[in-house]
Amino acid sequence: MRSRLFLWVPLALFAFFAGVAGYMLTQEKDEFVESTMIGQPLPDFALDPAFGGLPGAAKGDLVGGKPRLLNIWASWCTPCIAEAPQLEALQARGVEIVGIAIRDRPEDVANFLGRYGNPYARIGSDRISEVQLAIGSSGVPETFVIDAKGVIRYQHIGDIRPEHVAVLLEELEKAR
Amino acid sequence: MIRAVVALLLALLAIPALAQDSMPPAPYAYNQLDDPRLEAEATALMHTLRCLKCQSQSIADSDAPMAGDMRHQVRSRILAGESPDQIRGWLIARYGDYVSYEPEVSATTWPLFAAPVLLLLIVGGVLLRRLGKRRSDAGDAA
Repeated sequence: MRSRLFLWVPLALFAFFAGVAGYMLTQEKDEFVESTMIGQPLPDFALDPAFGGLPGAAKGDLVGGKPRLLNIWASWCTPCIAEAPQLEALQARGVEIVGIAIRDRPEDVANFLGRYGNPYARIGSDRISEVQLAIGSSGVPETFVIDAKGVIRYQHIGDIRPEHVAVLLEELEKAR
Repeated sequence: MIRAVVALLLALLAIPALAQDSMPPAPYAYNQLDDPRLEAEATALMHTLRCLKCQSQSIADSDAPMAGDMRHQVRSRILAGESPDQIRGWLIARYGDYVSYEPEVSATTWPLFAAPVLLLLIVGGVLLRRLGKRRSDAGDAA
C-alpha cells in the first residue's frame, strides 16, 4: 500500500511545478534591477555642466546640511517628461534636486527644460553613463535620496508619479 | 478611397519617436584594446556580464547604448590594470549577483549546488543497495 502511494509522487511534483508556472504567468513581470548601493556612500564623481544655464554636479554638491534628491534623467527619455511636474512639486516643497543627464547634448537639455520646466539646482553631464553605473542605476529616470553625509538612502525606479511625491518627502525626512 | 490613400501616405511619412539617445558611443564601446592579450581578457569577461537593459543578452552581444557604456567600463578598467574578477566584483557591488552570468555560491543559490550532490548521493546509495542485494542473491544461488 505504501509503495502505491509512492507512485503518485512524480505526478504530485509535476502538478506542483505546473501550478507554480501557471501562477507566475499571472504575475506582472518585474524587470527592474535594484541598486545594491543603498546604505553606501556616493562614489566620487565630478561632471561638467549639462548645458550653459546651470553648474555641473560633483559628489561634494550632494554632501552637507540636508538630504537631497539625485535625479538620473535624459532629454531623450519619454517618462522623464511625465515626471517633470512631480519634480517641480518637490522643488516647491523646498527639496534640492541635483540632476545627472545621461548621454545628452547641451542644446537638447536646454530645450527639454524650456518645455517641461527646470526643477534642478545643478545638472551634471554623464556622456558615457559612468556615474550612473557607479551608483547602480540601470535606466532613466531614477531618483535617489542622498542624506547629508552623502550616503545613498533610497532608490526610486521609473518616473515619479503624483502618488510617489509623498513617499519621497517621507524618505527625505527619514534621511535627515 | 482618396482619404485612405492620403492616410496611408501620411502614415509612411511619420517618423517614429526616438526611444534612445543619438550620442556617439563611448570610446571603448566598439573599439578593441590594442593589446590582444588584454582584449581577449576583456572580451571573455564581457561575455559573462548581463546587459541591464536587455536582460537575456550579455553586454558583448548587445547594441543597447548602456551595454556599450558597460563595455567601455570593462575595457578601460582592464587597460588601467584591474583584473576581470575585480571588475566583476565592482559591478556585483552595484547591481547584485544578477549582473553576472557566472554562478556563485551564496545564501540564495546554495541549493542549486547542493541539489545535484544530494541526488548523486541518493542514487549512489540506491545502486549500492540493489547491487549488493543482487550479489548476495547470486552468492545464495551458487
